[in-house]
Amino acid sequence: MNQHVTPRLNRRSFVIGTAALGGGLALGLDIPFGGPQVVRAADGSPEVNAWVVIRPDDTVVIRIARSEMGQGSLTGLAQLVAEELACDWSKVTTEYPTPGQNVARKRVWGDFSTGGSRGIRSSQDYVRKGGAAARMMLIQAAADEWKVPVAECTAANSVITHKASGKTTTYGKVAEAAAKLTPPADVKLKDPKDWTLIGKGVKRLDTADKVTGAMVYGADIKLPGMLNAAIKDCPVTGGKLKSYDEAKIAGMKGVKKVVAVDGTAVAVVADTWWHAKTALDALPIVWDEGPNAKVSSESIGKWLAEGLDSGPAFVGNENGDAKAALASAVKKVEAVYNYPYQNHATMEPMNATALYTPERCEVWCGTQNGEAAFAAVLEASGLPADKCEVHKLILGGGFGRRGQTDYVRQAVQIAKAMPGTPVKLLWSREEDMTHGRYHPITQCKLTGGFDADNNLTALHMRISGQSILFSLRPDALVNGKDPATFQGLAPSGEATIGYSVPNLLIEHSMRNPHINPGFWRGVNVNQNAIYLECFMDELANAVGQDPLEFRRKLMSKNPKHLAVLNAVAEKIGWGTPAPEGVHRGLAQLHGYGSYVAGAAEISVIDGTKIKIHRIVASTDPGYVVNPAQVERQIAGSFVYGLSALFYGGCTVKDGRIEQTNFDSYNSMRIAEMPKVESIMLPSGGFWGGVGEPTIGVAAPAVLNAYFAATGKRIRSVPLRDQNITFA
Amino acid sequence: MANLTINGKSYSLDVEPDTPLLWAIRENAGLTGTKYGCGIAQCGACTVHLDGAAVRSCGVTVSEAQGKQITTIEGLAADNGLHKVQQAWLENDVPQCGYCQSGMIMAVAALLKDNPKPSDQDINDAITNICRCGTFAQVREAIHAAANA
Repeated sequence: MNQHVTPRLNRRSFVIGTAALGGGLALGLDIPFGGPQVVRAADGSPEVNAWVVIRPDDTVVIRIARSEMGQGSLTGLAQLVAEELACDWSKVTTEYPTPGQNVARKRVWGDFSTGGSRGIRSSQDYVRKGGAAARMMLIQAAADEWKVPVAECTAANSVITHKASGKTTTYGKVAEAAAKLTPPADVKLKDPKDWTLIGKGVKRLDTADKVTGAMVYGADIKLPGMLNAAIKDCPVTGGKLKSYDEAKIAGMKGVKKVVAVDGTAVAVVADTWWHAKTALDALPIVWDEGPNAKVSSESIGKWLAEGLDSGPAFVGNENGDAKAALASAVKKVEAVYNYPYQNHATMEPMNATALYTPERCEVWCGTQNGEAAFAAVLEASGLPADKCEVHKLILGGGFGRRGQTDYVRQAVQIAKAMPGTPVKLLWSREEDMTHGRYHPITQCKLTGGFDADNNLTALHMRISGQSILFSLRPDALVNGKDPATFQGLAPSGEATIGYSVPNLLIEHSMRNPHINPGFWRGVNVNQNAIYLECFMDELANAVGQDPLEFRRKLMSKNPKHLAVLNAVAEKIGWGTPAPEGVHRGLAQLHGYGSYVAGAAEISVIDGTKIKIHRIVASTDPGYVVNPAQVERQIAGSFVYGLSALFYGGCTVKDGRIEQTNFDSYNSMRIAEMPKVESIMLPSGGFWGGVGEPTIGVAAPAVLNAYFAATGKRIRSVPLRDQNITFA
Repeated sequence: MANLTINGKSYSLDVEPDTPLLWAIRENAGLTGTKYGCGIAQCGACTVHLDGAAVRSCGVTVSEAQGKQITTIEGLAADNGLHKVQQAWLENDVPQCGYCQSGMIMAVAALLKDNPKPSDQDINDAITNICRCGTFAQVREAIHAAANA
């Protein structure tokens, strides 16, 4: 066993981590006077290992490293641990370890990052092993006490039984002894067919406080002596703060301080946020808008359009010779699509609360990446890791936005100007809407070629537009190429194209406007699935074939893609008559490791009013941990994706984002959204994501149904800009 | 200073009369169950009851609320229990991130008071709160469950 020993702060204790378990399991031992002791939770209860604390009353505290933002993985991860722990689910509660503790304990809880639909799929193995190892140690402790062979003891529902002697005990009674044992080197996980808790739609563990108003989000934090800050960053990205006239707001009620932040922003600190915001609105500010002040949606659109036909491009997927095959095609179809910037518009605007002294800096915030937030605190405070901490709170929405740490850095900088005073920075909705990390903008030209028998012989997709990695993680570019741009279109991996075309070329002309891009629910599958799946419909139509049959012919080598498509087609009644005036559309996609498909039934009034009657969605994520939550994620992804299709889209004028609030960036309401009929087809053997993949099929399924209804092909999002809305 | 009656309790708050009720509730009275979402009465996250009617508290001033009974999510249920809407929310596992749900629950409680058995169309007409997580299917089910409770 590869062991490393780390002294812990403020406690004479040591933590022994086991690399044998993927770094995911640690047993605490502290030995102050030569006798064995255990690592304890804040309330003194023993840690059986880093994932499991058991209280004397049998309460099981499961540590959750990933962030809960509504997607339900806090509950799903607890199910994974509890399945192997064989504990009483009704006694399970959860807690977040802090990023500071993770650093101090050599990342015993692994990665905190919660994005890319990875919360469960990338930690399922080691959290289950954490639960299994804890169960083995608890049983061992009981066997030791009873002086019986461990193999004769079993555990279920937090009770350990030695059948031969009839002895029983509970986890709470042996946890102290178990915590002193050496963790097992060989941990075997249950066969999925033996799961009893995984696969069950148990209720979420975080609901009670959300129905009473008691849940404390970042925006709700109260600390003794706390002040509140409102902020305005330069409206044009790349610009700077030139000056502000503090005298004009001197004497305004509650105002304590005006702080310049990062050279680009100015914050007003006051007793209440309303006072801070009121004073900030009255503060004369002069911006140096910098080199991007003349950029507009038109100028960006023109630049991207040039990339559709000329200039260098990265190749993301290629087989055969698409250009030659197109040159000799008997019939060609060509279309240009585009997809706009989108804001995340989490219901809870960005916020963070910071308390800085020269000796210590602590931050309270909702974040999708506790460790990134922690790193931002270190950087902004200038303090070392053992003097910083981040306290993670439940997020009022994430969708990728809270993976960024701009608001954390700002909060620390403001707090640094007021040492010893906690300051809560809350963005106004207007600040949030205009300073996002936007879903990137792209256009795509697609060309398909047929032979004389109407077989698709060539497909060329040329995407032109923005790369997220270029801006956020340039180290992840591959020879300059952003592989994430080809999400859903790749030859291999977790987001592959489902069609076999003899001559295929998919390429990306990277053009990066100044607007900051970011990861967004489903990120690039949103536009890539529109591009590919709507164009597949166009190709089918061009040769007079049924869109489903046309796809099926190209999908024989991709049975998992095909299975989910067939499932929605059957359930929506494809091939059978739809009700009078109702029309259907289909789409499929592979993304985040899961195979998904969607089908919609809509009717259209006067070409401009859409009523969605039915939506059917299917997913094969390999395994389904909690079907009730998967169902909610599928439905939620459609609400988010269709909100983007109908109402979303951020435009640029004079270098700045034009949409400022929900009046100009609307979101679907209950009246507009039918119930989503979900089909789960977990085929096993792999772990796919859940929160994001189905969003990709939402828009193309509806757009294809719109074509079926009207004969008109929509190639530009959002529908708002074409005066199309909900009936 | 303003005198407000929130959840049956009198508050004497150091707040200007033109302050949006939302901020008096959150910052001066310290009741943070009522959420800020947009500040322009679009999203409904700040919904409270004013003399029993659902209002978006970001669009109501303190002076307009004076002399009226203000009910927030913290005061919806009697005796520290759960209101039947909250109970239905719990049983139907409605919230995802939960941030909009205080406002959603307050809007629904007001609807059921006026219309104890709303149809789907009634729900569509009355419940216009934004939920970015997309909990609408569970919201609808829970409204019917509460109506039948």
